[in-house]
Amino acid sequence: MSVMRAELTKFRSVPSTAWSLLSALTLIVAFGVMYAMVRVTRPPADPTGFDAVEVSLAGVQVAQLAVGILGVMVITNEYASGLIRTTLAAVPRRIPVLWGKAAVLATVIFTLCLPAVFGAFLSGQSVLSAERLDISLDEPAVARAVVGGALYLAVVAVIGLGLGTILRHTAGGVAAVIGFLLGPQMLTGFLPAELADDMYRWLPSPAGLAITTTAPGSTLLSPWSGFAVFLLYAAGLLTLAAWRLRRHDA
Amino acid sequence: MIEAKGLTKRYGDKCAVEDLTFTVRPGIVTGFLGPNGAGKSTTMRMILGLDRPTRGSVTVNGKPYAAHRTPLREVGALLDARAVHPGRSPYHHLLALAQSNGLPRSRVLDVIEAVGLADIAKRRTGRFSLGMEQRLGIATALLGDPHTLILDEPLNGLDTEGIRWVRALLRDLAARGRTVFVSSHLMTEMALTADHVVVIGKGRLVADRSLASLVADSGHSSLEDAFVDLTSGAVEFPAPTQNGSHS
Ligand SMILES: Nc1ncnc2c1ncn2[C@@H]1O[C@H](COP(=O)(O)OP(=O)(O)O)[C@@H](O)[C@H]1O
Ligand SMILES: [Mg+2]
Repeated sequence: MSVMRAELTKFRSVPSTAWSLLSALTLIVAFGVMYAMVRVTRPPADPTGFDAVEVSLAGVQVAQLAVGILGVMVITNEYASGLIRTTLAAVPRRIPVLWGKAAVLATVIFTLCLPAVFGAFLSGQSVLSAERLDISLDEPAVARAVVGGALYLAVVAVIGLGLGTILRHTAGGVAAVIGFLLGPQMLTGFLPAELADDMYRWLPSPAGLAITTTAPGSTLLSPWSGFAVFLLYAAGLLTLAAWRLRRHDA
Repeated sequence: MIEAKGLTKRYGDKCAVEDLTFTVRPGIVTGFLGPNGAGKSTTMRMILGLDRPTRGSVTVNGKPYAAHRTPLREVGALLDARAVHPGRSPYHHLLALAQSNGLPRSRVLDVIEAVGLADIAKRRTGRFSLGMEQRLGIATALLGDPHTLILDEPLNGLDTEGIRWVRALLRDLAARGRTVFVSSHLMTEMALTADHVVVIGKGRLVADRSLASLVADSGHSSLEDAFVDLTSGAVEFPAPTQNGSHS
């Protein structure tokens, strides 16, 4: 608990945190609105398969990069300056530092992104209403998808933290988190179509994003199983990060 | 009290520290001397549990460093004065450390006052001079009011006034019964600061004795000469000889 307070103090007291958060929140809303506008100008031929929630939450997929990079930097900054040695000398058990950072990241990102995702949903729906493509928050699963968008981003931050802790280097960590979130989907393009479709739903980002959809269709896992798979990826990375932090010289 | 027994550290096949055994006692300033690359920083990182010894062990106040519940109350360390986030203020840097060890906020204000950083405590450290960074580093070391201080080259980059200030501080801490372990690669720096010296060269112990006896026995007039004598067999890049060729 005391380590978590310390990590919150560190998190709040550097200007780069505020900038990252501001850009993430802006991206969530701005891209949601923009994508909704695109869809209004090009309405779907068959509106039954149209997911109005997913469209308005498109910004989550852009903001995830800002959030993931923030997660990386929270730890790699300390390696870059050498501050990590001061941190670990103060907490020689080490692992509480990782949990403290993870808890602060997840809590702050979820708390701030939830209103942004909600704002993106509302403004997105008002854009979509021009073509009567909008959906109301009272519809089944809509609230879950909106909350899910914020949950997804909180987990992305923790994944960034895990990769940063494993790699101990900002450039490497940033490349890794972008690769982790976007890379696997691109690689399935090299596989036979049927196999690619089978694998796609199990990849980290598609699995996690299932929770932001209301009509997952056949290409995605169901919302909560998808999110559970995403959590497993995050847990695996954090375990590896904890081992790396604990076992290797600081 | 710091006790190292057979402390050894290898990085790959490079031996940074080899079979070091020494004791650092309370109540005096102990200088840790050796040329650049001798293994001083590596030894200090092992004392603080940051690097794992390849062999041997080291305890602080009777326990391995990592076994202390709130280590900042036992041991204060300065390893690298530039190891701060450039965007964070001294106040928040110290506050986070204090929180991690359950120290009261008042300690943060006390040490900021003690090192003379009160005027710039809320400014970002990015534009601090090395002298200001050293002061913050010393504030960090003093934060938990520890019994033991471990300072890696704390005089580096300080002006004369700063050096005098750190010296007086170290002597005062020792006079109050603290264990003070300070490294330097300059014998002249330690001559006026330390009571006792542990000298290493190429990772090996070459002397562990009082400063006075070191001078008396060396047969040379200056400490500088005694130091060069002691470590000459152990310097990685020997200085050119008189005629300019390398030995
Ligand atoms: N993390 C490391 N990896 C590889 N070699 C290292 C590492 N840390 C120190 N060394 C090597 O160990 C030796 C001792 O270094 P160091 O402890 O920094 O000496 P000093 O502080 O006395 O100048 C040097 O040769 C240095 O290059
Ligand atoms: Mg050194």
